[in-house]
Amino acid sequence: MTQQRELLRQGDDSFLTTKVDAVVNWGRKYSFFLYPFVTACCGMEFMAVAGPRYDLDRFGAALPRFSPRQADLLMVVGTISHRQAPILKKVYDQMAEPKWVVAFGACTCSGGPYNNYATVQGIDTIVPVDIYIPGCPPRPEAVLDGIMKLQTFVQRSPGWNKPRHREISDLELPIIEKPVA
Amino acid sequence: MEELLDRVRELLGDAVVDSHSHFGDATVLVKRERVLESLRTLREHPDLRFNFLIDLTAVDYLGQDPRFEVVYHLASIETELHGTEPSKVQRRLRVKTRVPEDPCELDSAVEIWPAANWMEREAWDLYGVRFKGHPDLRRILLYEEFKGHPLRKDYPKERRQPLIGPRN
Repeated sequence: MTQQRELLRQGDDSFLTTKVDAVVNWGRKYSFFLYPFVTACCGMEFMAVAGPRYDLDRFGAALPRFSPRQADLLMVVGTISHRQAPILKKVYDQMAEPKWVVAFGACTCSGGPYNNYATVQGIDTIVPVDIYIPGCPPRPEAVLDGIMKLQTFVQRSPGWNKPRHREISDLELPIIEKPVA
Repeated sequence: MEELLDRVRELLGDAVVDSHSHFGDATVLVKRERVLESLRTLREHPDLRFNFLIDLTAVDYLGQDPRFEVVYHLASIETELHGTEPSKVQRRLRVKTRVPEDPCELDSAVEIWPAANWMEREAWDLYGVRFKGHPDLRRILLYEEFKGHPLRKDYPKERRQPLIGPRN
């Protein structure tokens, strides 16, 4: 007992104590594997962020995985039409836990300038969204801010081994005369 | 331009309701019942040979009767001999025809220009103009579950349709 206490007292140089949540989340927030679901002009801005000038790699989110099964961050970049919606939903369902969703640009946040028969009024009517990055398109600084906010969010999320998947299972929206959003 | 319009009027006879070329755009308005034979003449007559269907679309004049107008843009991309020199022919013609709301039907031009296939499907999809004799008149941009034709002027802007499930 005395020996243990002595080890803890002297251990400042060789180890530290923390909570599992904190250390797992710390690992996760600096190793996003993102799936770029790029459908429109916002994709150009996304490429600018991923490129060397703004360098998403600084935040550990440099490696896009083009299979949803290998990704944990779904970046929805660009207008989502009603025809595209089931595909987005399918991609989200295929991703393994833990997973996060970023709505990139005005169209994914709310439908943006499009309020018509073709456009989904915000992807949060289909999949749960963690971070909204507004802008048409968002500046790279805004995207980096969003990524950092997501990192903070991930660091603070409790229960590292509990699934945090929220189900929006009902894809059938009723025909309504008023906008969803 | 006027010579072209004169020749077209002469060949199509009383199928032509109206014609003009205000801004150098030769336009003829033909009767709905005779649109197919008129188009065939424009395609096949050796003086005209409009062998290229540039565009086919519809216009909704809500409140007018007949309500719809179907517009064909034609061009001739033949090479003709003038003396001994071959030269490109620069002929363009716009053909319009009015289609009533009920029955919203028109003869299909697919057998004249195969290119009309997808354009007629688009006009059917978005305006609801039914093309008789079309080999495969399905929606081309929207999905089968979609009800109504969204580019009609009386389609409510805010109407939302049921989303479709995943398909393989």
